[in-house]
Amino acid sequence: MSALPPRKLKVATTSLAGCFGCHMSLLDIDERLIPLLDKIELDASPLTDLKHPGECDLGIIEGGLCNADNVHVLRLFRQKCKVLVAMGACAVNGGLPAQRNHLDVRDCLQSVYLSSPDVERGFIPNNVELPLPLDRVHPLHDVVKIDYFLPGCPPSADAIWAFLNDLIAGRTPQLGHGLITYD
Amino acid sequence: MSSPNMPLETAPHPEGLRRIAIEPVTRVEGHGKVTILMDDAGTVQQVRFHIVEFRGFERFIQGRPYWEVPVMVQRLCGICPVSHHLAASKALDGVAGARAIPPTAEKLRRLMHHGQILQSHALHFFHLASPDLLFGFDSAPAQRNVVGLLAAHPDIARQGVLLRKFGQEVIRVTAGKRVHGTGSVPGGVNKHLSPDERDELKRALPDVLAWAQAGVELVAALQAKDEATYRSFGTVRSNLLSLVGRDGKLDLYDGLLRVRDADGAILHDGVAPSDYLTLLRENVRSWSYMKFPFLKELGPLAGWYKVGPLARLQNCDAIGTPLAEEARQAWLAGAGGIIHAPLAYHRARMIELLHAAEVIRALLDDPDLLAGPLTATGPRASSGVGIIEAPRGTLIHHYEVGDDDLVTMCNLIVSTTHNNMAMNEAIREVARQYLDGREPTEGLLNRIEVAIRAYDPCLSCATHALGKMPLRVDLVRASDETLIQRLQRDPERV
Repeated sequence: MSALPPRKLKVATTSLAGCFGCHMSLLDIDERLIPLLDKIELDASPLTDLKHPGECDLGIIEGGLCNADNVHVLRLFRQKCKVLVAMGACAVNGGLPAQRNHLDVRDCLQSVYLSSPDVERGFIPNNVELPLPLDRVHPLHDVVKIDYFLPGCPPSADAIWAFLNDLIAGRTPQLGHGLITYD
Repeated sequence: MSSPNMPLETAPHPEGLRRIAIEPVTRVEGHGKVTILMDDAGTVQQVRFHIVEFRGFERFIQGRPYWEVPVMVQRLCGICPVSHHLAASKALDGVAGARAIPPTAEKLRRLMHHGQILQSHALHFFHLASPDLLFGFDSAPAQRNVVGLLAAHPDIARQGVLLRKFGQEVIRVTAGKRVHGTGSVPGGVNKHLSPDERDELKRALPDVLAWAQAGVELVAALQAKDEATYRSFGTVRSNLLSLVGRDGKLDLYDGLLRVRDADGAILHDGVAPSDYLTLLRENVRSWSYMKFPFLKELGPLAGWYKVGPLARLQNCDAIGTPLAEEARQAWLAGAGGIIHAPLAYHRARMIELLHAAEVIRALLDDPDLLAGPLTATGPRASSGVGIIEAPRGTLIHHYEVGDDDLVTMCNLIVSTTHNNMAMNEAIREVARQYLDGREPTEGLLNRIEVAIRAYDPCLSCATHALGKMPLRVDLVRASDETLIQRLQRDPERV
């Protein structure tokens, strides 16, 4: 009797208050994407039409927390994913969006929706369909336990590749010289 | 407080209607959601495409030194960082004292920009949108993605991956890295291309051009198989806006603004970027963080417009590169007037991808890339407007800078914002065509997303909401469970 093929690792990804650049860096593994997709099964992700994560082995989160929805999605990912990774500067420490942390959020909203030179009859959007903005942008580990932090803006494709291969092989990820950046 | 409404924008009596939410919209860059309100008879009463992010870049750029701006603002978007990098650089060239940047700098920026157009268009078509077109709008959601594409059409998928790789490599050698590079600065650029970098790109070019041509042919064949759907699906007439070159030809890096009406008549031409405020205004809806721009003279209900590949290829007089112009002529022949169909964006986008490959081929033979002055200086200006044709459309950056070199005002109108009304109107039309009076199935709701995807929106950043938002949210620290912040929605304002 032949052995069963190894079970594919189920992976969910999402982008919260980020710019999508970390997902781009993941795609920057280029043609290595093809063997990677042999080893993992993509669950909920901006790249698939699965809207919410099922039970997953690995969750990869780009972006920090800038509004209430971000918090809900993060908690859901923590609940559904055995291992959770904060990918990139925004997830690790808030990143550039946290530049607004020294400002009053209402002042920010006013400056964008009321004071721009081309806005006519401006007001601040306030519909129930819009999630409430947080006063400050938070890193993920402020709210849930994070298992791994992958720094960089974005982490390079080679760093993401090395990290995923270690995890898939069941090793504790070790990123060698030159793979970790703090740009 | 509220703006004038389009039909199906706001239900007259929303109470008691059934709410259907598509959240998050997937296979787009960034996050948004769609809400649909239907009555008991299944008649669609309201359709809205919400942008739920707010990051406030325009505010926190204020007070920063202007030379930081091209590197900061590209963090708006990891898919088209080069657009923001270059639009900000162009706006701030004058502030650095460069009335004109040296030829070497302009050519290197053009190379970087066309690398970006190529990678972004490849990503959008092959990785994100093509599964709808190749498998069908009603195909199994589990297959309808790049993994399914690799299994069913490995050659197409591989070409898409390698086209994107080539564009990203063009960016890497001009900007320093693939995502969020630093190659462009106010007043010019900071590095030449090396002969080795040039030669490596040149070696890849024959394949890239062949795959780009195959991409155009693929979309043309898909359209030919279902001409009726490609013409009518979510089609809404509107004005068109883009830059065109000073010679009237397609120019994605620089030029003057041109506006056509829905029938193709030119309403405005030769408008300098610094005069954009004479053309455009924006207003605000309560239900989206994305503003709604319109042509000032026509007002918010009649003055909205489309931007991006579909607008550009019909706004210009011609494309200056032969293969792309031939493909454009073949596409326009027999159209019988201006094409407004959202699905036509895909064909236009692939023609632009081919154009970008041709521009890169021509630029790589230019010795100015390898030598020559990188920056210019002169008497400084205190403000500047930079406009560029980003992959998704016209991108406007406007800054004012104080004598202390700190930014005092920043106004950004990003490509996807220009298409805000066009996307909302397209999904209302899809709702009329496919949802009215029917039980919404996954396949029918996917059609809403297909229409949004056609515009290749870049919603960059954002959020998924899960079910209805509660009125109160507590943010509790993981380490010690202390309360960081309690959010409370004012019930008066829902």
